[in-house]
Amino acid sequence: MQNELIPHLFRTEFRKITAVLCKLFGIENVSIAEDIAGETFLAALETWTYKGLPENPTAWLYTVAKNKAKNVLARNDLFQNKITPLVQSGTSDNYLPEIDLSPQNIADSQLQMLFAICHPVIPTEAQIGLALRILCGFGIEEIATAFLCNKETINKRLYRAKEKLRTENVAIEFPPEAEITKRLQPVLTTLYLLFNEGYYSESNNELLRNDLCLEAMRLAQMLLDYPPTNLPAVNALLALMCFHASRFEARKGDNGQMILYHDQDENLWNRELIARGAMHLNRASVGEHFSRYHLEAGIAYWHTIKTDTAEKWENILHLYNHLLALEYSPVAALNRTYALAKVQGNEIAIAEAEQLKLSNSPYYFTLLGELYKGIDNQKALENLHMALKLAKTQADRRVIQVRIDML
Amino acid sequence: MNEYALIMRHEDGSKIASPEQMQAWMKQTMDWIGGIAVKNKFVGGTGLPFDGASVVGRGGLVTNGPFGDIKETIGGFITVRAESLEEAIEFAKGCPVLQGEGNTVEVRRIAKNDGTH
Repeated sequence: MQNELIPHLFRTEFRKITAVLCKLFGIENVSIAEDIAGETFLAALETWTYKGLPENPTAWLYTVAKNKAKNVLARNDLFQNKITPLVQSGTSDNYLPEIDLSPQNIADSQLQMLFAICHPVIPTEAQIGLALRILCGFGIEEIATAFLCNKETINKRLYRAKEKLRTENVAIEFPPEAEITKRLQPVLTTLYLLFNEGYYSESNNELLRNDLCLEAMRLAQMLLDYPPTNLPAVNALLALMCFHASRFEARKGDNGQMILYHDQDENLWNRELIARGAMHLNRASVGEHFSRYHLEAGIAYWHTIKTDTAEKWENILHLYNHLLALEYSPVAALNRTYALAKVQGNEIAIAEAEQLKLSNSPYYFTLLGELYKGIDNQKALENLHMALKLAKTQADRRVIQVRIDML
Repeated sequence: MNEYALIMRHEDGSKIASPEQMQAWMKQTMDWIGGIAVKNKFVGGTGLPFDGASVVGRGGLVTNGPFGDIKETIGGFITVRAESLEEAIEFAKGCPVLQGEGNTVEVRRIAKNDGTH
């Protein structure tokens, strides 16, 4: 039981302790906050192993973390000179600030840290890394696995990002009301990419990938729980995530292979998540502003209906038209062309596809292969072979090979 | 690559379209724009609703609606990126406004902001 309890507590409590301490110590001392949280868990592991579990493990962790933080504050010259004077009322030389681990302060600190981490001065990739470390309590090794790189790279990336936060003196606070919409943009981008990292990652660690998605959803929910950031775009983003996440079970084959959308058993789709997505999409459809998340959530919504109908594909095409007009991306261009084929037929879509100029993308040739199927199988094969040559991952090559074999 | 404005001209802007017509027309317009945007050639644009349209004349004379002496009105415009005037013209040919008799799309290159025009 203890073996499961500690990782669980680590996942839920590490980030809370870290966020509160970061808030207290200031952005320049993020590493100290992380160290204290880390040491607290080390102490738990040592003590609990010999003395058994305390009655209230979370309270135990908070007490230890508070004491460690106070020790650091009392001992460290930096804190003596820099932080203590700020909070000192001037009455006592031994005054130490109260370390507030109440649910409210935990929630506030985490949200404020989210805004600090997603500050535009930090490169997006580092924002995701920092969010995973500080707000999600992921270990360096887990982050490295998720990004398919080594621990060294992640350590360096996080170190540079923390340095940047320090030199830019980014404040850990809620943005002023008037700036919320603007400051929210990079936050939403980071959550969107964090989710995608989990959803589309090439990492084989299924559990970890799902965790990334769930963490992105948890952070989005956190934004919704805070009234000033309970905005349509945030609801749309969470709706999008819910719709995608509903297919977690269905896309996992018996041997760990990926099952593509069309081959999925829709009975395995998570109806609860689909309903939750629909609820958020509903809440997103107020106000004037129309974000890309609205459009993507709309597209994802139509994909939760497995049956191909004219209505379904006309709507998807329409949403892709809007999405592309708002912001071009090659993926959207390819998907729009697929939707066009569903609405207007393959010939028209082929003529459009030929003009896309995406001839360095394996997905472009996979699409052409798909469109030519049944019209000109020779051409379909040629395109699929081209796709196979350009494919960068083993998973992609496998999918393409299956299509070649079927022709 | 140059940018071009495609300006949609309506022969008679005073014709009132039914909601169904409007709906169909909006969908066709989005299909048209999507076909340009899918090639990463769409820059922006907007429709120009007729209701509340006013014309300000010399001496501050204000008339309601652009349809006084001149019948023809501008219904909207979009801006596209194109390698050549020919490509911009090809985009214009797909504009659903052209289904209306007498309507036209005017293709105009946008002056570059570098003094060369």
